[in-house]
Order: sequence, then C-alpha cells, then structure tokens
Amino acid sequence: MALLVCKEKCTGCGVCAQTCPFDAIDIVNGTAVIKASCNLCGACIEVCEFEALQMEQIEAPVSDLSTYRGVWIFAEQRGGVLSSVAMELLNEGRKLADRLGVSLSAVLLGHEISAQASILVAHGADRVLFVDDPALKDFNDDAYTAVLADLIRKERPEIVLSGATAIGRSFIPKVAARLGTGLTADCTALDVDPGKRLLLQTRPAWGGNILATILCPSRRPQMATVRHKVFKRADQDERRKGEIERRGLNGISLDLKSQVIRTVEEIENTVNITEADIIVSGGRGVASKENFAVIEDLARALGGAVGASRGAVDAEWISYAHQVGQTGKTVCPKLYIACGISGAVQHLAGMQSSEVIVAVNKDPDAPIFKAATYGIVGDLFEIVPLMTRRLKEMLEGTK
Amino acid sequence: MDYLLTEEQLMIRDLAAQIAREKILPVRAELDEKEEFPWEIVRVMADADLFGLYIPEEYGGMGMNSLENCIAIEQLSRACIAVSVTFAASGLGAYPILIFGNEDQKKKYLPRIAKGQSLAAFGLTEPNAGSDAGGIQTTAVKDGNSYILNGTKQWITNGGEAEIYTIIAMTDKTRGARGASAFILEKGTPGFKFGKKEKKMGIRASATRELIFEDCRIPAENLLSKEGMGFILAMKTLDKTRPGIAAQGVGLAQGAIDEAIAYARTRIQFGKPIISQQAIQHMIADMVTQTEAARALLYAVCKYMDSNPKNISKESAMIKLFATDTAMKVTTDAVQIMGGYGYMRDYPLEKMMRDAKILQIYEGTNQIQRNVIGLELIKEYAGKKEKISV
Amino acid sequence: MNIVVCIKQVPDVSDVRINPETHTLIREGVPSIINPFDMYAIEEGIRLRERFGGKVTVLTMGPPQAEAALRDAVSMGADDAVLLSDRAFAGSDTLATSYTLSMAIRKFGSLDVVICGKQAIDGDTAQVGPEIAENLQWGFAAYVRKIEDIADGSIRLERLMDDGYDILNVRLPAVITVVKEINRPRLPSLKGKMQAKKMAIPVWTAEQIGADPERVGLKGSPTKVWKIFTPEFKRKGERIEGEPRAQVDRLISEIRRLGIV
Repeated sequence: MALLVCKEKCTGCGVCAQTCPFDAIDIVNGTAVIKASCNLCGACIEVCEFEALQMEQIEAPVSDLSTYRGVWIFAEQRGGVLSSVAMELLNEGRKLADRLGVSLSAVLLGHEISAQASILVAHGADRVLFVDDPALKDFNDDAYTAVLADLIRKERPEIVLSGATAIGRSFIPKVAARLGTGLTADCTALDVDPGKRLLLQTRPAWGGNILATILCPSRRPQMATVRHKVFKRADQDERRKGEIERRGLNGISLDLKSQVIRTVEEIENTVNITEADIIVSGGRGVASKENFAVIEDLARALGGAVGASRGAVDAEWISYAHQVGQTGKTVCPKLYIACGISGAVQHLAGMQSSEVIVAVNKDPDAPIFKAATYGIVGDLFEIVPLMTRRLKEMLEGTK
Repeated sequence: MDYLLTEEQLMIRDLAAQIAREKILPVRAELDEKEEFPWEIVRVMADADLFGLYIPEEYGGMGMNSLENCIAIEQLSRACIAVSVTFAASGLGAYPILIFGNEDQKKKYLPRIAKGQSLAAFGLTEPNAGSDAGGIQTTAVKDGNSYILNGTKQWITNGGEAEIYTIIAMTDKTRGARGASAFILEKGTPGFKFGKKEKKMGIRASATRELIFEDCRIPAENLLSKEGMGFILAMKTLDKTRPGIAAQGVGLAQGAIDEAIAYARTRIQFGKPIISQQAIQHMIADMVTQTEAARALLYAVCKYMDSNPKNISKESAMIKLFATDTAMKVTTDAVQIMGGYGYMRDYPLEKMMRDAKILQIYEGTNQIQRNVIGLELIKEYAGKKEKISV
Repeated sequence: MNIVVCIKQVPDVSDVRINPETHTLIREGVPSIINPFDMYAIEEGIRLRERFGGKVTVLTMGPPQAEAALRDAVSMGADDAVLLSDRAFAGSDTLATSYTLSMAIRKFGSLDVVICGKQAIDGDTAQVGPEIAENLQWGFAAYVRKIEDIADGSIRLERLMDDGYDILNVRLPAVITVVKEINRPRLPSLKGKMQAKKMAIPVWTAEQIGADPERVGLKGSPTKVWKIFTPEFKRKGERIEGEPRAQVDRLISEIRRLGIV
C-alpha cells in the first residue's frame, strides 16, 4: 500500500510538499519523493493540479460484509435515565437507516428500566435490544464491552453509533478493538453511500484546523461516536410502534476487572453549559480571573451559562468545566456571545452550531467575526457591562 | 549574537529561559505588587538543579563555574531581577564557604545549598558601614569553645528567608582592617533575630531585612578560615559574585529591549508604527549595542575568571559597573519609548526601571567600583616599563 | 512498580496555519512537541515512581525524529525510553497503533501500569488507550483525574464522568488515560537533560515485537481517510457599528426580535 508519484506528470512544483501534514514529501531533482513518514492521508493528491499523485487502490470490501445489516445506536443510561445523546443518535440513525433501507435498533444495557426502552421506541427505534441484568445497572467498561460485542457478533449490524460521552469513550473503543473493526470518534457529520453501503464519517482533526471524512470499507460494523448536541433530538411520538426484545446475559463471561466504589456528582452552580440555551463566553481578552465577573454578570442577566475559551482556562481564570471547544465541551445554544475570544478553529469547533453567534472583540481582524451572526468591534469591558445594564433596565421596566 | 556556547551551557540557557518564560513571567507583577517572596519559583529552580551550578559535584553540585551561573542568572533576569537576585544572593552567601571553608564546613553546608533546600545570605553591610565596609561594628568575642556575636547587619538580601548566613564581624578592633573574621550562622540560633522587612523602590519580591545579634553564641568551628581573614574573604567573595550582578543587568536590559521593540512595532502614531521613526530607531540601536557590549564583556570576564587568574578585581569591577549602568540607561529609555504605557503599572516596564536602580548600588556602589578599577590600574601601570607591552 | 508511559510526538497544532489559496495545512515551520496530554501522563508516571518506587519507561511509535520526544521525557525524569519505528507501521489508524503498542508492551515483561494521555491533539480520537487495554485484556480506566492509592494488586482512582466523577478500584495490571486535572507537569532538570542527551535509545521494529504484518500499518487499519478539507464557517456576519450605547441597543433589539430573550 503506497502513495505513487507519476514521474512524467510531476513538475516538481512543490505544492504537495508544502501541504503534507506529516512533512513526508521532498522535491529531489525536480520530482516529488515520498518519505517514510507518509501516512497515506491523501491531502497531497487533492492539491496536485497535474494529477501526478495517486494512491494504490483500496481493497474491495470482503464479500461476506453484505450479510451485515441494520443501523444500531447505543442508548446510554445513567442512574436509570436515558441520556439525551441517545435521542440525538436516534434522529440521525433514522435518516441513515432509511437511506440504506434497513431497520434502526437501539441497544439498552441496564436493570429494570423497561420504561426507558419504550421511550426509545417513541423516538424512532424500530427495535430495542434491552439486556437486563443487575450487573449492568451501573456502567462497567468490562461488562458493557463484553455484552455489546457479543450482541454485535450475534446480530451483525452494519453500523453502530454511540455518544462520545465519558461512558462512550471508555468502552466503545474496546468494543471496536475486540471486534477488530474501525471506529471514528467525535464525528460532526455522518452520511451514507447507499450503493457501497459505506458510512461517511466526518470529524475534525489537528485541533479543529481540518475536517477529515473517514471510511471503514472492509470491516463491519462501521462504528462512530458523536458528541452531545451535534445532532438534534428526534421528536417524541407515542404512536410509534417498535419491538422491545428483553434479553439476559446468557452466560456471557463478564470478567470484571474494575469496580465502582462511589459516584460523586458535581453540579456547577451556574447552569451546565451543554444544556444551556444562552451562553456568554470569555476568552483571553478578559485578561484576569477577577474580570470574569463581567462575563458572569451578563450571563446572569440573560439567564444563561458561562463559557470560556481554552486560553482562559489554561490561564486558570475559570475551571475546565466551562471550556468550549475541541478539547472542551461542544455546545449549540440559541445564543452564543463570545467576548474577547479570537475565534481559533479549535474553539469554533465547539460552538459553531449555535443558532445565533455574537462576537465582541477589540481586533477587527479576529477570525471570530467570520463565524459570527453579529459582530461588535469594541472594548468588551465597555460593551458587556453596558449590555448587562440595559438588559436589567429592560427587565425592571417590564415588571 | 552567537557566543559559541557549549552544549551544556546551551542546556542551562534554555532551561533558565523556560523557567523565566513559564514560571516567572506570569507572576512577576503580582509578586512585586504584594512584595511576596518567590518560594514557588525557588522550588522550581531547585528541582531544575540550578542552585548547585557552581558547586563541585562532590558537594552535590553540578561542578560548573561562573559562566554557567551567569548564563542562568541572565535568563532569569529577563523576566524579573527580584527572582534572580534571590537566586544570586544565595550564591553570595555560599561562595565564602566554597572558597574558604574547611572540609567539614563544606560537607555540612554546601549540599543543602546546592540542592536548593536551604537558601544562603551574606551579611557585611551595617547602618554605619556601607561603602566604608571597614567601619563595621558587629563584634564576635571568643568565649571558650564559642564566639558571642553582638551587633546589627542592615539590608541583607534573603534576610529572614535564608537558613545559612555568612557574617563578617570584628574579632579584634585594635587591628583595624585585619581585625575582622567571617562566620557561618544558621537561622534559629538563639540570639539571632531579624528586623522588619524593608519596603523598597524595586526588587520588591526580594526579601531585605536587618540581622540582629544579641549575645548570639555560635560554636568556634563556625569560624571560616582564620581570625583576621574577614575582609580578605569578603573582597574575594565579591570579586567572584560581581559578574552575577552584571548578568542581572544584561538580562534586565534585554527584557526591557524586547518589550520596547514589541511595543514600537505595533504602536501606530501618525499613520505608521513608531519604530519607523528615526528617533526611536536610534534609541533602540544604542540600547541594543550597549547591551550586547555588556554581554560580550560579561562572558569574557567569566571565562577569564574561570581560568583562575591571580587577581580579577579590576575585570570584575568593570563588568559590574558597565552592565549595571547599561541596565539603568536601557530601562529608562525603554520607558521613554513606551511613553505613557511605560509609566503605567499595568505594563511591565515601570517595574523594570524601578528594579534597575539597585544594580548600581548593591554589591559595591558603582562609585566604589570605579575606585577599585582606578586603584588596580595604578598598581598595574606601576609595573609596566614599556609602552605597548603585552 | 514497573510503569510504561505511551507518548506521541505531534505538530504544535495551535501554531498551524491554513494556506488561504489551497485551503490546506501549512506544515512548514510548525515545531514538533510532546502531545500536551502526554506530559501529564509522564508526570504521573514519575510521581508514582516517587511514591511507590520502581521504574518509568517511555514508549512511542513514530518516525525516527520521534526520538526527540523520548529524550524530552527522560529529561523530566523518566528512567528509560524505547522507540518503535518501522516503515511497516506507516498509515496506522488507532486499531493498528494500539495493536503495535500492545505488542511492544508485552515485550517488557512484568508491568504494573501503562499510562497514556487522554488524547493526541492531532488525531483527537482518545481511542488508543482503551484499545491497548482491550488488546492486553488488562483493567482500564479513562480520564483519570487522581490516583488515590495502589495496594493489594489494584489501583484506586477517580475517573472523570460527564456530571462528576466515580471512585473506581481497578485490578492491576491496568491501563489508564489521564486528564489535565491530575497534576502539573514538572520542568526538565539539568541533570535530566544531560542524562537524556547521553542515553542510548533502542529502536524496536515490527519483527522484534513479533507483530503480525496483517495487523500493523495500513493493512491493519480498518479506517481510511477518504478526504481532508478545511472547515468553512459561513455566517451573516453583520458588523454593528456606532457608539457603544447604540451598538448594544441594536444588538439587544435583534436578539429580542429573534425571540431569544
């Protein structure tokens, strides 16, 4: 498997060498030479206007892959309550299943929570595979891995989607490794090629600087995880019908290597930002921990939550729980107000699906303005308190 | 300019610069504002093995010399000389033990200093004896197997925070300059107290205190070298440590230059950055040239000193004088370039200018340095018979 | 305690720029660093050694220049380093990478803990840690923010969850991935830097670790990158001009009009 250079077509222009994210192309005597560090990502093929670069063909999918049918979603629950991401996955899963002409199933692991199974049907699942056992009541990565992998082996779905949550990140990779199949984490977009029955998995990389579309052509199932709030929730329709199959462990060996001693909840005193409809965020422009009060005041006046860029969190002006971005939380509120945030791609990756984005920044060239619905070039220490004051006046006025 | 430093010297330079950038820079304004001793940074420097640079390996140090020590001080000083003086003054307290200590004394105190476990300090100056060091009045009276100290030392850097002190006291007033002796003293010794912490114009994070001796009894084995060697020990110590002060000057000047040029490039007046104005370019050119000259002389003096010549007083005084006068001029000019922003406490330059002044005063005022150079030249030229002799 | 820390040399992605004409990454001049999350893993490994005794070895799979990352880890205080490097590893996705690392980890003999950073800032998948655990069939915990104790053949730790944390007991040997909250990585020491410079770092190839050629590199990678493109953020982009009071009033009236407030 290799990247091939067609020497006749190559002009040695060097655009490929500049583009290569792995520094794997040298121009030697006027021709491109591929080095050992080539990761076969194909970015150079895109930019070569002489079509001098080519990847050796990808193997055709193994024939027995066609026996894998169906789209599954893993319905995460915590404390007996379904997490919201399950309903978001059902929404997207429905679209994919319809385009492939197959059924949509939800896998629910837990104990004595059949009411949750009905909720999954109401949100679009044609079938719920509910494995009910005391050992599965609380999340355990060994137990959940063993059960889900076993189910997949028996039922052979072609696509399995899960939430990129703490639980998802903990055990879905283990399921993928156990099945020897491919997994793409933190997808921001999903699509299918119904002809080839391929799942097109798009996710950010390089801190959000680029997007990559990934395929898993020769193994099944094709697995992907998706963050909370990337997709919209499916509508609830009690009239929907679906099968609920209740299963036991059936002698699956769980081999538990860990045990939860205690669960500690830490609820922030400001609204959890992933659920918030309004978020006011502060970045490096806020300049200090004390100054964050300006951001908090506006958030309070709007009844919203406080967010922060990675720069502000790294400077220790606010805790990581508030960080929005590629390595923080993904949010999609109705209103996102970015104050003193430059708009680095890795931050945008975490909030770009907000409905309305407002940017306040001193620098007229800050990239955030390209992503904003409304932009104000100005001093946040003037604009933000003014906003807070005007909003309070308005609220007083309506009382 | 590339001074063709060795790989090890470059490692020291890079590590000290990393500490300056990542650990000192973010907190220097707060430390200055609160006059807070930089204990956390002391721990970082200790973990980085910097305190023992000039201490031989057999006593737990890195076995290097003045040039390496000055390279470290220079980099730390680019961020804050209150922190670098805390570091350098520990060396000042340790050098007497290193140069004049007996084996037992070296084994007892140097490892702790090398590991940064204990800071050291040097006590010579008194309320009535600054430049006129010969006028000290602290006494050390022999009593059986001990000495009893009485008196006061003033303006001692690291006073109260250091654990190990080398003190110069009079053992025999009748012998004048030959009547002083040097002693090692530990914090917590009964009769050894500290006065208030001084409020200073600059280097405010550095701790400056009075040392008070009231019938303070110390064992006779804490005497360094012999009775009467006190002033010679002090002078030889200061010869060794003056380049460290010069390194502070070079680093401080560089820090000021970096801030000023960054500002001049982005400050737009009359439609263009002020760095495109000749007046500013000329100022910066002079600042950078003077600083580079100071750096070049510093490294040359260090190398010469590390070759152990008989007498380094003149060269040591020259570099202290030149680098510190340069730092004062450069920081003042840097404030000027930054204009109003240079004067505001929200920006780092005013602190740098306030900090710079002490460099011309402590460890021998620059007037005393000129005396030293003058006297050395008299001696030197007295010995020359021909013109253009090498 | 025998500890292995898996690290990755990555480009400093915060420094990356996009070519405005071709919309591709400009890789030139971007420095290579130790993946920032791995710094916390190295630090935790060293702290465990300080607490419980033993040895810390850093391991990386990469091209020959990844050796610089290993030396940086040694200068912080790691005792030993191994570079896994072979043309056969090129094109590895997370499955192939975790398989390769697992085979190398097996070669170390008796180990207690393998520590990884939570994710690499170029790939951003956070998959290699758990997949290594699966390959080795070891105990596992993701997103560890504190190690409370190691005793009686297990490790008690705090695992970050979405709404708080769990206190978990994991049987040894175990693989853990760590988050930034766990510690503050130390700076290198001078002695460390000197030792790092002198150290001979062995290079292990696919053959030396007994890797199945079907499971490494591109052959062993079920996922393939189909295409790479730069994200586009298209918005209305209206600049609200005027005096601050006017700007604020305009903004508030807009968000009221949209029914948000």
